[in-house]
Amino acid sequence: MNETLAGWLQILALVGALALSFRPLGDYLAHVLTCPRHWRVERLVYRVGGVRGDADQPWPAYLRGLLAFSAVSVLFLYAFQRLQNHLLLSVGTKPVAPDLAFNTAASFVTNTNWQSYSGESAMGHLVQMAGLAVQNFVSAAVGIAVVAALIRGFTRKKTDRVGNFWVDLTRIVLRVLLPISFVMAIVLVAGGTIQNFHGIQSITTIAGDHQSITGGPVASQEAIKELGTNGGGFYNANSTHPFENPNPFTNWLEIYLLLVIGFSLPRTFGRMVGDNRQGYAIVAVMGLVWAASVAIVTANELHSVSSSAGHAAGGMMEGKEQRFGIWASALFAVSTTLTSCGAVNSFHDSYTPGGGGMTIFNMMLGEIAPGGTGSGLYGILILAIVTVFVAGLMVGRTPEYLGKKLGAREMKFASLYILTTPGLVLVGAGLAMALPGERAAMLNSGQHGFSEVLYAFTSAANNNGSAFAGLSANTAWYNTALGLVMILGRFLPMVFVLALSGSLARQQPVPVTAGTLPTHRPQFVGLLTGVLLIVVGLTYFPALALGPLAEGLR
Amino acid sequence: MPTAAAHRPVSKDPLPPSTHRVSGGMLDPRQLATSLPDALRKLDPRVMVRNPVMFVVEVGAVLTTLSAIKDPSVFAWVITVWLWLTVVFANLSEAVAEGRGKAQAETLRRAKTATMARRLPADWRPGATGLSEAEVAATELRLGDHVVVEAGQIIPGDGDVVEGVASVDESAITGESAPVIRESGGDRSAVTGGTKVLSDRIVVRITSKPGETFIDRMIALVEGAARQKTPNEIALNILLASLTIIFLVAVVTLQPFAIFAGAEQSIVILVALVVALIPTTIGALLSAIGIAGMDRLVQRNVLAMSGRAVEAAGDVNTLLLDKTGTITLGNRQAAEFLPVSGVPVEGLADAAQLSSLADETPEGRSIVVLAKERYALRGRTEGELAHAEFVPFTAQTRMSGVDLDTSRSLRKGAATAVMRWVREHGGHPTEEVGPIVDGISASGGTPLVVGEVTRQEGTSTARILGVIHLKDVVKQGIRERFDELRRMGIKTVMITGDNPLTAAAIAEEAGVDDFLAEATPEDKMALIKREQSGGKLVAMTGDGTNDAPALAQADVGVAMNTGTSAAKEAGNMVDLDSNPTKLIEIVEIGKQLLITRGALTTFSIANDVAKYFAIIPAMFASVYPGLHRLNIMGLHSPTSAISSAIIFNALIIIALIPLALRGVRYRPSSASSLLNRNIVLYGFGGLVLPFIGIKLIDLLVQFVPGLH
Repeated sequence: MNETLAGWLQILALVGALALSFRPLGDYLAHVLTCPRHWRVERLVYRVGGVRGDADQPWPAYLRGLLAFSAVSVLFLYAFQRLQNHLLLSVGTKPVAPDLAFNTAASFVTNTNWQSYSGESAMGHLVQMAGLAVQNFVSAAVGIAVVAALIRGFTRKKTDRVGNFWVDLTRIVLRVLLPISFVMAIVLVAGGTIQNFHGIQSITTIAGDHQSITGGPVASQEAIKELGTNGGGFYNANSTHPFENPNPFTNWLEIYLLLVIGFSLPRTFGRMVGDNRQGYAIVAVMGLVWAASVAIVTANELHSVSSSAGHAAGGMMEGKEQRFGIWASALFAVSTTLTSCGAVNSFHDSYTPGGGGMTIFNMMLGEIAPGGTGSGLYGILILAIVTVFVAGLMVGRTPEYLGKKLGAREMKFASLYILTTPGLVLVGAGLAMALPGERAAMLNSGQHGFSEVLYAFTSAANNNGSAFAGLSANTAWYNTALGLVMILGRFLPMVFVLALSGSLARQQPVPVTAGTLPTHRPQFVGLLTGVLLIVVGLTYFPALALGPLAEGLR
Repeated sequence: MPTAAAHRPVSKDPLPPSTHRVSGGMLDPRQLATSLPDALRKLDPRVMVRNPVMFVVEVGAVLTTLSAIKDPSVFAWVITVWLWLTVVFANLSEAVAEGRGKAQAETLRRAKTATMARRLPADWRPGATGLSEAEVAATELRLGDHVVVEAGQIIPGDGDVVEGVASVDESAITGESAPVIRESGGDRSAVTGGTKVLSDRIVVRITSKPGETFIDRMIALVEGAARQKTPNEIALNILLASLTIIFLVAVVTLQPFAIFAGAEQSIVILVALVVALIPTTIGALLSAIGIAGMDRLVQRNVLAMSGRAVEAAGDVNTLLLDKTGTITLGNRQAAEFLPVSGVPVEGLADAAQLSSLADETPEGRSIVVLAKERYALRGRTEGELAHAEFVPFTAQTRMSGVDLDTSRSLRKGAATAVMRWVREHGGHPTEEVGPIVDGISASGGTPLVVGEVTRQEGTSTARILGVIHLKDVVKQGIRERFDELRRMGIKTVMITGDNPLTAAAIAEEAGVDDFLAEATPEDKMALIKREQSGGKLVAMTGDGTNDAPALAQADVGVAMNTGTSAAKEAGNMVDLDSNPTKLIEIVEIGKQLLITRGALTTFSIANDVAKYFAIIPAMFASVYPGLHRLNIMGLHSPTSAISSAIIFNALIIIALIPLALRGVRYRPSSASSLLNRNIVLYGFGGLVLPFIGIKLIDLLVQFVPGLH
């Protein structure tokens, strides 16, 4: 089978599998988020946690719960890393340095999973399993909880209650993430991913050299790493490492897992607002952007190669794994940068300017196609609100989305949301470029070096976590700056989304008439895609021009 | 009985045809010149800061001015001058919009000249005479004071007539020169300060505080002094402000990137980039659009008490329309002649016409018209009616008619009255009449029975000839209007005091979606509340005091100027022409206002794409020559490219002022098709137009020495 055919088959199989899971998973999520009955084990969790599971909260209470939970998680994770040498299964690791521990704690709690460390050498097994992997579950659940609250803002009327954070969190972990991860971990093990508690093993290679190899509970972490769009690898090499991602099948499965919740949530949305077509429109925008991006990156990696070695290899093979090839690498790169996952199976730094630039642009879109678990959907819904606002004016009514009017208060929160991430990216990268010491961290000079810094801040602010590589980011400045950017890039938008949800929930819905802007038609899909590309494109165009564009148009 | 829908007489008073364009006054170029001083005054930063987008441009202009003074160059001065022009153009648009109101305010002020009032003592009661009057200035009048106004005097303040009847010239407010009658009691008791009594003497109870009279409010409104930002305008401002911040951040952080790339940018270029990117077009025109929207209403003689009401008008889901005057012409008209057996229809028509010749009521005239149109019966020759004696209608007889010499008498009128008249003259009305009369009543019409008495040689025969069917005449073109409203997603509800049967018939014919028959004020109120509880916005018109609660409850309440002051107080708009049909136009103006905002916002944002393609290569092609490929317009040089973008940015504001004042073209249609049209026009247009515009400007400015 030639590579092109294999590439196409992988893509088609992926689309097919996602389409098949769209309804059942989306409907199941909607059920989980709306059903009034608690499981016994959930009631036990509420009792142990000392929270009331039966009362819905107003949005400030929901937010307080979320922030308190996340703050405690950061502190816990920080302490865990600092004290890891005293813990079980530490496999000889030393305490993590304060700035790196902060960076890592922020990174995993914010679902970013930016890694300034090498997993296999810096973290003990217990930290990986009880610290990092736990955050992989709960940080993903927090994202879904926030979007659940936003959807309730649309569906409820004349109330200040947007749901119960603790119930949402617990249910999503227990009823959704744990069962799927459990099954998928087993499938991964069957596919060849390792799962053990070995320490460092020294082996002698064929050439007679010695090599240290770290084993560990990889498969269990791998499943949630993808499913929760976390992306923090057990190993430094992430999904390029053969223990994490041994073969094309596990590779395909990992791509599927990192996309599946993001692409199914629009169904949950449509289901919860009582109009499935609304969900189809959203998923159509996500799918369009994803497909276009796959096409652009794949085409660039296959054809925009300037070196003769590249031509001999049939495309840009630098930084890509032989066992995956160009098609599967490009597919992975696009999916991971469009989902805030950030796992990598190839090095984006080595991509062609077009392909690499696209991965930056993917993240700049705000992680919405389909985006991180939950965060992708609320991100695109905010953009939908902006779209409806401008388009709604053009039909001569006060704009309304799903029956809720978009007035000054709603636009305030939506505007703050779209301000936050670009602000963080540009200010962060601007500072880094203005400080001579931080510029030195670039391993490349010129446009490419700039792209590395831009990528780092884009990745952190959008909670992606993938790295362009080529940037020595494990310095006190970068660890602190990126850590702060991750925290602000995660929680500020959540504040605005929850506030928005509160102000939507208070409203009495407006009935739909012929004068209402329809938000389920291809017209709206096109409009939302346009606003998405133009708003993002306009914000980042100058920066992109100096990085990937300047490089690509040489 | 046959329905007469097909033969309905065509009304002679059709609606003004729906022009499909809520047009407003065009921009007179001279207005630009006269508004210039105002525009310059608005450069005060304390005023500018209220418009964040243009405030950023002004700060930028100050920065480039300083920079140009420090390092003078043609380029720096070109950019500086055009940045200042951008700000001035923005102010100009607002000044022009306000200027149009000012002229009208001037006229109103003249009406408000120091009037003296003849105040009656506090213990005055209606009917009391011979009390002493005090001469006080109009400004000293308080609520509840009674003043007397006689022919030739100006009414000193708003109030209700409590005694007397007078004709009043209200042209100062309405522009309508025909005097109107104002009398105590009833729904025509309200008078407005500043209007003039032409005849008779009235006593007015003052209902407004000094400085808060209708005319004061009008002046404030048309001048825009009381203008507050409307909710939607605030929301849009927030979006524009945040876009401005994003672009500011994008440009400020660009400098370190540029320095790293070895292409540090001058302050002039960075400011130019910011100004090109932030949504200046809509930022400049936003307030003019709002003022012009109010102004378009004023031009239609509608006063909106707040911009909020105008916006709400665009959102209305349900229109409550009074039947009489809005849906039907005010009066019933003859639609058909229904003879009893043995009488030819021409005979009945002839008799009906004869009996109505001297009847000057609209009903009477309509009978003559119908007879003429349907049966070609013309007026009679002089001799024919030489001895005719016309019998006018009285409330006692409830019929009118004619006695043609001594041999023939004709009467038409209420069924019971005419039948009694026939019996009195020895006739026996046939059994047929009853069912015909009942049939007409059941269908919502009014039956007029025609009777005849002929005398020959001392014997007289009396008989019933037939029945005239009078019915409400639906205004021409109203059905189409309702169809349009339905396409816009607006439901129409007809309000009438008629019985349900009548109401249903008219509702069916006019094509309204629903009706409320035998409506009491309470019913109306309940209907509004019911609609609103479903999240709908309701608009209505009203004039009577008993309409006031409903007017206040409705989201858009249009009070008729002829109405009581209670009604005018309760509503949030007043129609000076007192034409209830105008509610439909008000809705269209509200929609047009929002569409104009949305269209120009889209246009403004879409413009940015071309500006990037002009400015980014100009900034960085020197260090990264590859970026020259982004210069797809093939602009002459970096300086000419940036200048062209800024000049385009300024000129487009001036070019769009007329559109902002006039509002974009609006056709009533569904949301989807409206959107498609506007996206193509303002979205794609906004994308393409600046590419052309900037290129054309570049072709000119490249010849400016120092810009190459």
